[in-house]
Amino acid sequence: MSTCILRAPVSKGFSLQFATTFAKKTSCYGVQRLGSTAAPQPQVCIVGGGPAGFYTAQHLLRSHKGVQVDVFEKLPVPFGLVRFGVAPDHPEVKNVINTFTQTARQDRCGFYGNVTVGSDVTVEELKQAYHAVILSYGAEGSRSLGIPGEELSGVHSAKDFVGWYNGVPGNKDLKPDLSAETAVILGQGNVALDVARILLSPLELLKKTDITAGSLEAITDSRVRRVLIVGRRGPLQVACTIKELREMINLPGTQPALDPRDFQGLREAVQDIPRPRKRLTELLMKAALEKAAGKEAEREWSLRFLRSPTHILPSPDRSRAAGIRLAVTRLEGSGEHARAVLTGEVEEVECGLIVSSIGYQSLPIDPAVPFDLRQAIIPNRMGRVQQAPGLYCSGWVKRGPAGVIATTMNDSFDTACSVLEDMESGQLDTSTPRAGACMLQALLKQRGVTPVSFAGWEKIDAVETARGREVGKPREKLVDVRDMLKVASL
Amino acid sequence: MARCVVRLQSLLCEPVLLQPYLLGSAVTRHLRRPLPWVASQHRDFHTTRGVFKEAAENSKITIHFINQDGERTTTTATEGESLLDVVVNKNLDFSGFGACEGTLACSTCHLIFDENVFNKLEPLVDEELDMLDLAYGLTDTSRLGCQVFVQKGMDGMTVQVPQKVNDIRKAAESSWKQ
Repeated sequence: MSTCILRAPVSKGFSLQFATTFAKKTSCYGVQRLGSTAAPQPQVCIVGGGPAGFYTAQHLLRSHKGVQVDVFEKLPVPFGLVRFGVAPDHPEVKNVINTFTQTARQDRCGFYGNVTVGSDVTVEELKQAYHAVILSYGAEGSRSLGIPGEELSGVHSAKDFVGWYNGVPGNKDLKPDLSAETAVILGQGNVALDVARILLSPLELLKKTDITAGSLEAITDSRVRRVLIVGRRGPLQVACTIKELREMINLPGTQPALDPRDFQGLREAVQDIPRPRKRLTELLMKAALEKAAGKEAEREWSLRFLRSPTHILPSPDRSRAAGIRLAVTRLEGSGEHARAVLTGEVEEVECGLIVSSIGYQSLPIDPAVPFDLRQAIIPNRMGRVQQAPGLYCSGWVKRGPAGVIATTMNDSFDTACSVLEDMESGQLDTSTPRAGACMLQALLKQRGVTPVSFAGWEKIDAVETARGREVGKPREKLVDVRDMLKVASL
Repeated sequence: MARCVVRLQSLLCEPVLLQPYLLGSAVTRHLRRPLPWVASQHRDFHTTRGVFKEAAENSKITIHFINQDGERTTTTATEGESLLDVVVNKNLDFSGFGACEGTLACSTCHLIFDENVFNKLEPLVDEELDMLDLAYGLTDTSRLGCQVFVQKGMDGMTVQVPQKVNDIRKAAESSWKQ
């Protein structure tokens, strides 16, 4: 049994004596033994167990042989958007889970799932228990359209729709309306294409993925046959990337319905632009201009350019969305910075499902953390939170909700470097030991919160995998937090 | 990160890994590589067992790697391995290398070649170019390491891991402050 040397100030309502006694009774690993001459053991806490959290932890652990890193995650299960955002039919993208698992299994890494920072424990308390607190909690909100009718039934953010088919507990009762033939997706990024692809994919492919059973059942009964993917600007500004577009074009049982008129004059315009944009545009043009060989497919998708939504139109009884009014735009300027300007013309599209895929958005979770409401990020420089020594951030909450896993990986390494530099320079004073997990475990116990350890997640993982095997899927996800907690505690 | 690739020893591995071949959402993945090496590996964090099946020929090919910090490491590789295999098998310590484990779902195994070597490599297929186009610090002689296979003619070649984004940004920031 080790003893915590608690010299840090204690928070209100929490006694030093209690903490020391509790620490003595539990085996808190990673804590300095009384009277030892061990090297400094900085205690670092990471808020958020997604790719940003794990990559930041990974870089800290491999670069500093004494640091103890504890990852706190709101849900009982780790991995964030790798589990809940990456599409079910993109399993290879989820391979990064293996490296996160390696990180989590290290002795100097702790995982505490089912802990909501901001309510179960405050950031102030974390700052007292740890030398550094790194906010990596991503973007749990979504950008709103800001148009009338947005609140009607049948309108969903892509975040919620993706959360629904990927098993986010809070989205399991979404019940999107898949009874109408036409669905409209607003936004032309990779998430928009994911939604379109899941709506139109052949069932024989979907049912072999880790898509949730509930959403698969609903999609089986879906009558959606036509998906319009709408963007305010033109083909040269689409935010999706070529691999995902290629996947849509080749999707069995579907055909693209692109309008060749959208591509007039583009062949010359793309000659001198950077290769990635050039290839993407050329692929789009090819899909628009070539007639599909063989018989026409049952399902269709199209990219509708230069259209900006102004109203979501209700059904006659006003109970749900039945259509959308789109203003026609034109471009001012060119290239990546072209702006869409209204022309005055409008058109209306009848549809039963509208998915708004215009971006995720970070939210403030604790008053102790500065938050820039306009940009919806934590103000920072190189991952150091401004005006808040001891606080750092990584991932989407630091840069904004864009980029792939590799972008977040590099960003997380950057933040870890900032933390390490500050430890080295003394900017972060790690000479005085902090209680770290000891204090947190005592605090959470006192508040009736039971954290889920990584071993607990591995039990959930085993159950999901076993259930998946029974039905020919990589896993059958648990979608209820209570089920997760039950399994984790077995 | 490269040394940290561990396959969960469970049935999860096989169905997940075979999916790119069976499903692929009908996109034919022209993955020009030997049997899915990842399916056959289980690696502890601290050991460096090279589990990749040795090629019939025992010839060892010397390759020099320059990492993100400009440091040089020399190692030997077996004909037929991909350069990602080499980095993993030899535990070369490149931060964040090979995140998707060779499945053409990322660009983190991006390597820069000398022009004379680059010109002799097998041509790129669309799927590699699609991912390469998203890589940081792309050059005219860039390829994805998971798609380049070691051959005798590569003996003595030098490949470069692109400079860390970290460094580029810090340099920009400090010059801005001055």
